[in-house]
Amino acid sequence: MSVQEKRASAGAAAEPVVVTAAAAAATGSSGCTASSAIARALIPCILTAIVVAAVSSRLFAVIRFESIIHEFDPWFNYRATQYLVSHSFRDFLNWFDERTWYPLGRVTGGTLYPGLMATSALIWHALRKIGMPVDIRNVCVLFAPVFAGFTAYATYALTRELKDKKAGLLAAAFIAIVPGYISRSVAGSYDNEAIAITLLMATFMHWIKALKQGSIMNGAAAALCYFYMVSAWGGYVFITNLIPVHVFCLLLMGRYSAKVYVAYNTWFVIGTIASMQIPFVGFLPIKSNDHMAALGVFGLLQIAALGDFVKATIPPRKFKVIMLVSIALIMALGVAGLFALTYAGLIAPWTGRFYSLWDTNYARIHIPIIASVSEHQPITWPAFFLDTHFLIWLFPAAIFLMFQELRNEHVFIIVYAVLCSYFAGVMVRLMLTLTPVICIAGAVALSKLFDTYLDFSHTLTKDAASGKRKSFMQVLTRALVSASFVYYLYLFVHHCTWVTQSAYSSPSVVLPSQNRDGSLAIIDDYREAYYWLRMNTDYDSKVASWWDYGYQIGGMADRTTLVDNNTWNNTHIAIVGKAMASPEDVSYELLKQHDVDYVLVIFGGVLGFGGDDINKFLWMIRIAEGIWPEEVKERDFFVNQGEFRVDSQASQTMKDSLMYKLSYHGFPDLFPNGEGQDRVRGQVVRSSDVQPLDYFDEVFSSENWLVRIYKLKDQDPEGRELSDVAKFESAKGTKRTSHKRPQIDLRV
Amino acid sequence: MAPVIPKKKSAAGKEDIQKDFTEAISLSLESYKKQVRNNPKLRLIDIFCCILVAIALLECSFVALVQDNYPFNAFLAGFIICVGQFVLLMCLRLQLTNPFQGISKNKAFGEFVIASLILHFTCLHFIN
Repeated sequence: MSVQEKRASAGAAAEPVVVTAAAAAATGSSGCTASSAIARALIPCILTAIVVAAVSSRLFAVIRFESIIHEFDPWFNYRATQYLVSHSFRDFLNWFDERTWYPLGRVTGGTLYPGLMATSALIWHALRKIGMPVDIRNVCVLFAPVFAGFTAYATYALTRELKDKKAGLLAAAFIAIVPGYISRSVAGSYDNEAIAITLLMATFMHWIKALKQGSIMNGAAAALCYFYMVSAWGGYVFITNLIPVHVFCLLLMGRYSAKVYVAYNTWFVIGTIASMQIPFVGFLPIKSNDHMAALGVFGLLQIAALGDFVKATIPPRKFKVIMLVSIALIMALGVAGLFALTYAGLIAPWTGRFYSLWDTNYARIHIPIIASVSEHQPITWPAFFLDTHFLIWLFPAAIFLMFQELRNEHVFIIVYAVLCSYFAGVMVRLMLTLTPVICIAGAVALSKLFDTYLDFSHTLTKDAASGKRKSFMQVLTRALVSASFVYYLYLFVHHCTWVTQSAYSSPSVVLPSQNRDGSLAIIDDYREAYYWLRMNTDYDSKVASWWDYGYQIGGMADRTTLVDNNTWNNTHIAIVGKAMASPEDVSYELLKQHDVDYVLVIFGGVLGFGGDDINKFLWMIRIAEGIWPEEVKERDFFVNQGEFRVDSQASQTMKDSLMYKLSYHGFPDLFPNGEGQDRVRGQVVRSSDVQPLDYFDEVFSSENWLVRIYKLKDQDPEGRELSDVAKFESAKGTKRTSHKRPQIDLRV
Repeated sequence: MAPVIPKKKSAAGKEDIQKDFTEAISLSLESYKKQVRNNPKLRLIDIFCCILVAIALLECSFVALVQDNYPFNAFLAGFIICVGQFVLLMCLRLQLTNPFQGISKNKAFGEFVIASLILHFTCLHFIN
């Protein structure tokens, strides 16, 4: 462990203790000016400490591994950012990328959320201006931790509006180190969510402020934050719906006021027109159903304002009749209008991603491409605890406390909590939006608890007046409760640090593993292979791989890919799926049609790496079957018992498929007697199971065989089928060159 | 809200309700007139609102007339700026008639100007 890392955990560990001390100081100081001045001075210090903890606990990844971009999507963001800093902003927005989705290309500039890239490019330029020419990669890597610091402040400001500064500080400390948020914001995880959560909190903070004060200014600020959010993350739809639902609840509760009117309308009008400035969003805010709730509430508020005006002039009994009749009329009209517009095709139909929010099985049945993404799976119970620790059981208590007070802003948190709890249960990635509200709610509950139980001033001063025994009991109970919760805080910090360093700090481009003596070994096969591609292949060569690796190939190897993580064209993905699932000759034909030069597969059988292509193979088959049900049949890949096998019992279709051949080519020969032990699936693959490759040449396999690259053979100069050539050659008895390992000298 | 739009007639056709409605409308109009009579600022705001509504209607009718909304962004910007400015004026009006706690009339006006500037800038950007 390096010094820095220790400091990171130490900083994180110190946090709640500081916060608790501050809470205690603030509690004890009610009324006393001297100590309130201390509290005032303490708050900035504590906030600074929290920000430092937030940043430093996210640096595990950099310290353990190196300053590297993680996972898949960040590689695209990184590549786009590189493009942005080397071109003008106008070029960036008009960027047509012909090196992805070959031969279609992708209108990248119009199909991305530019907020993230624009921000980092801005930071990069600003740093250069003040004489600090930092590499853009470092800006990108450290982007998420820095914005996590801002998130902590925004959460503080938001929670302050809900309860008080003490709760705000606790909430900031929680959000700073809670694993549910860290999972998406460690250093190197350069993804849209890194900035989006900050903006989510900022928008909500301004929204609550606007609602409380009825200030146009805060409404406009909320709209600007919302605009920034729209520019950064597709999840902005969450805000677009949450705020209207909140206002709608307030209206139903009979809480209409001029302040609600001012806050909502300012936010809606400026926010909507501003959100249309993002090319990818375009006219969606007035066309898609996702945005209709906001529009509906906007109209409703106008009516409510009118009603409010009328209400003041006529007797309440009559007003009630008028109100009911008008509401019924308006509802009928509105619903009819919505249906009419949807059927007339003026409003876009509900999107598949939206349906999968309501019906968990929708995606699995209708859209395999959505279901195949691991972050779209439903969440598991332990994940809640892993991601939020003890806050998860403070959370319901906090909601109960909010019901007791139930000011407008509490309604907001309740609505947020209910909606998000549901959505997080449906889709694992939405845990990210649930985490902030859990932190806020947990902080409110805990600070309420501390208000009562950490307040020893009462028992100390009135000692003489009341009975001695009673005061002792009071002190004891308070001490017990406080101590147990301080202990929970300690556990929380411990848990967060542990989860962060063990679960969330792996870049997944570089895999950690252990040597026999327990020391850390780094498996760097991905970069080895991508670098090989970069150095040994033609700049224009096309690489076919499953879409998961498209962004990485684009980012690290800089080669043209057929499909990538953008997944905008299901058919194109199905083509690759079909090529992988078909027999060699069919695949060869198909791949040649798409000008493919190299095929890249990920194979974890040697290493025991579970996320390899054979395990993803079923999705490829399913997606291909969705387009060509005649040619690819999922059933054929199973053996009789409905099992998915790769050993000698595997089905013939499986053994013939390109994916199987590419993965296991030469694999059994690694082992004595030609009995290859697949360490992922725990099955034995024999040399007799793996047919020789006729149409492909192995050109590269990485050190642990994790990445295997094959080259498509050139067509036979004599015009024969390549399988016939192979037959002819073997009949002739010439030994085909089968190199177990690619020649070392190929690597540079 | 200022320009009182006549409420929808009840389809049920109950005379009671109809009477209630007419009464409500006349009463509201009366109190509105009273509110505006001695307050030139409110009158100014209301006239501005009327103009905005007129412009929005004009734009819509033009689109209906030429049967095409080709530079849709331009139309949208023009339309939304009317709606937006109208709504912002309403906000200002609410704050002027019934100042909120902590926001004086002058502050409200200042905030209104800033919000309007943001709105206008975005719409100008959207028009291209």
